Amino acid sequence: MGETKYWTWHMAAGVVILFLLGLHMLIMHLGGITHLYAPLGGEAISKANSLYRDGRLLFTVTYVLLLAVALYHGLYGLRTILFELTLKPAAEKAITIVLLIVGLGLLGLGTWGAIAAHAIAKAGVRG
Amino acid sequence: MPEDSQTTRPINFHISRYNPERDRKPYVQTYTIPVRAGMTVLDGLHYIKENLDASLAWRYSCRMGVCGSCGMLLNGHPTLACNTQILHIATKDLTVSPLPNFEIIRDLVPDLLTMFEKHRSLRPYIVRADEAEINDPQGEFYQSPAELERYLQFSYCIKCGCCMAACPTLATDARYLGPMPLSAAERYNLDTRDDGRGDRNAQTGSAHGASRCHYAGECSRVCPKGVDPAKAIQYLKRQLVLDYLHLARRKKPCQKLHGPGQAKPLPNIPAAPAKTV
Amino acid sequence: MAEIKRYDDRLGVWGWLGGGRWGVERYAYILHRLTGLGILLYFLMHVVVTSLRARGIYLWVEGGVFHQPFFKFGEFLVFAAFAYHAFNGVRLVLVELGFAVGKPIEPVYPYKTSLNVQRPLLISMMVLAAVFLAAGGYEFLGLAK
Repeated sequence: MGETKYWTWHMAAGVVILFLLGLHMLIMHLGGITHLYAPLGGEAISKANSLYRDGRLLFTVTYVLLLAVALYHGLYGLRTILFELTLKPAAEKAITIVLLIVGLGLLGLGTWGAIAAHAIAKAGVRG
Repeated sequence: MPEDSQTTRPINFHISRYNPERDRKPYVQTYTIPVRAGMTVLDGLHYIKENLDASLAWRYSCRMGVCGSCGMLLNGHPTLACNTQILHIATKDLTVSPLPNFEIIRDLVPDLLTMFEKHRSLRPYIVRADEAEINDPQGEFYQSPAELERYLQFSYCIKCGCCMAACPTLATDARYLGPMPLSAAERYNLDTRDDGRGDRNAQTGSAHGASRCHYAGECSRVCPKGVDPAKAIQYLKRQLVLDYLHLARRKKPCQKLHGPGQAKPLPNIPAAPAKTV
Repeated sequence: MAEIKRYDDRLGVWGWLGGGRWGVERYAYILHRLTGLGILLYFLMHVVVTSLRARGIYLWVEGGVFHQPFFKFGEFLVFAAFAYHAFNGVRLVLVELGFAVGKPIEPVYPYKTSLNVQRPLLISMMVLAAVFLAAGGYEFLGLAK
């Protein structure tokens, strides 16, 4: 039953990503059409617009959430693909540990980045 | 296509040969045989064995598509040799190879033991919570036509192995249970007489169980009996998720009829004659 | 059973890729894997690059290293991969939870399988993906102002 658990969360994460990453795409890559959350004009990915979004708590929280679910979904997917290659149990264990470390490491890096950027953006607004 | 069943057309059979005592790997040998309209691939193989090369080995039995013995790869598609007319799939060349994703014992004979072992590990029979009931039944189970229809399609499996050959996951993952065992498990899970779903879930929900299916759908496309194992596996996945989230509906216990005289007969059925013994 | 030498006939990774004679759903599965891997690869780099903004390094803005047409095109490919992966993923979530596959039926030759039942879902998801992709292409080509 163990795999069913991970797989159920994999699918649930997929649905969450559909909305959050979809929104991310609408803002960043369809910004010329949607003009969402880019009030300072120009490209949606400009430094000014990035700082605007980083300054809002909503974005910091959703960035961290999207990061967590996307890392789980992506790395579990990679694990699934690798595990279908009939590997030795020792290799399978090693892969799980490596992916867990990579996932947690990037989660830590991204969370720090989001929070620090939020602080900088807020300081910039005030200062 | 010859209109008249007496005219023949030469078809080249490119058959994969392998003798474990002599060969390191399979090689292709070509035979040209005269094919009449209506001849199946199995007829063609018999012609080769009788007239051209008696050393050719393959499995067959019923020659009418019900035993599942003659599964092989014909022009790249896994199907039954007895069920496939040569002229329906070839105009000049026909490639015949053993079913992939199995070990080859000899020529066109795959080793299906792994498939049968996986099948057996899922307890593909009615499992009752009360074991004594199976050994000493006190009545018969009642099953409505609607309840029968829920699993009937999946019971038509003839264990030919074509779905296992077509599955992309089995191409690399030797431990994956495969479409046949998983749809057999679901056939029993859906059966109202069965109580074994909890036990089977431990296997089907494991690392190489139902979650290794990605709905490529090839198993259902190649099944010669229309069993649709892909559908069974998706039902199985749904049940596994519901069981994991504890959202599964409680299974109604199967109704039992305890021997003659206890069921209420319909009004216009005459009584049984008196016992004479 | 006596010792009989066997030849392992597993197709290996080639079994994932196919020989051009398989159903649409199998190719959908292959593409789903490829796009997933592509997105993952980009994503792992993306997390590192965007985290640098906390140190004031913005590599993707006008004038930055990643603002070149080559990288912009790469980004569009990731967008395309997401469009396919997301909409096919919606189809997979529905199908793998047992919806859109139909009820058990009495098989009558020529057999209609669950693949036939979910085909309209596959087509509608691909249409949506194409629309999303077209919108992205419109923006990528700088046509949106």
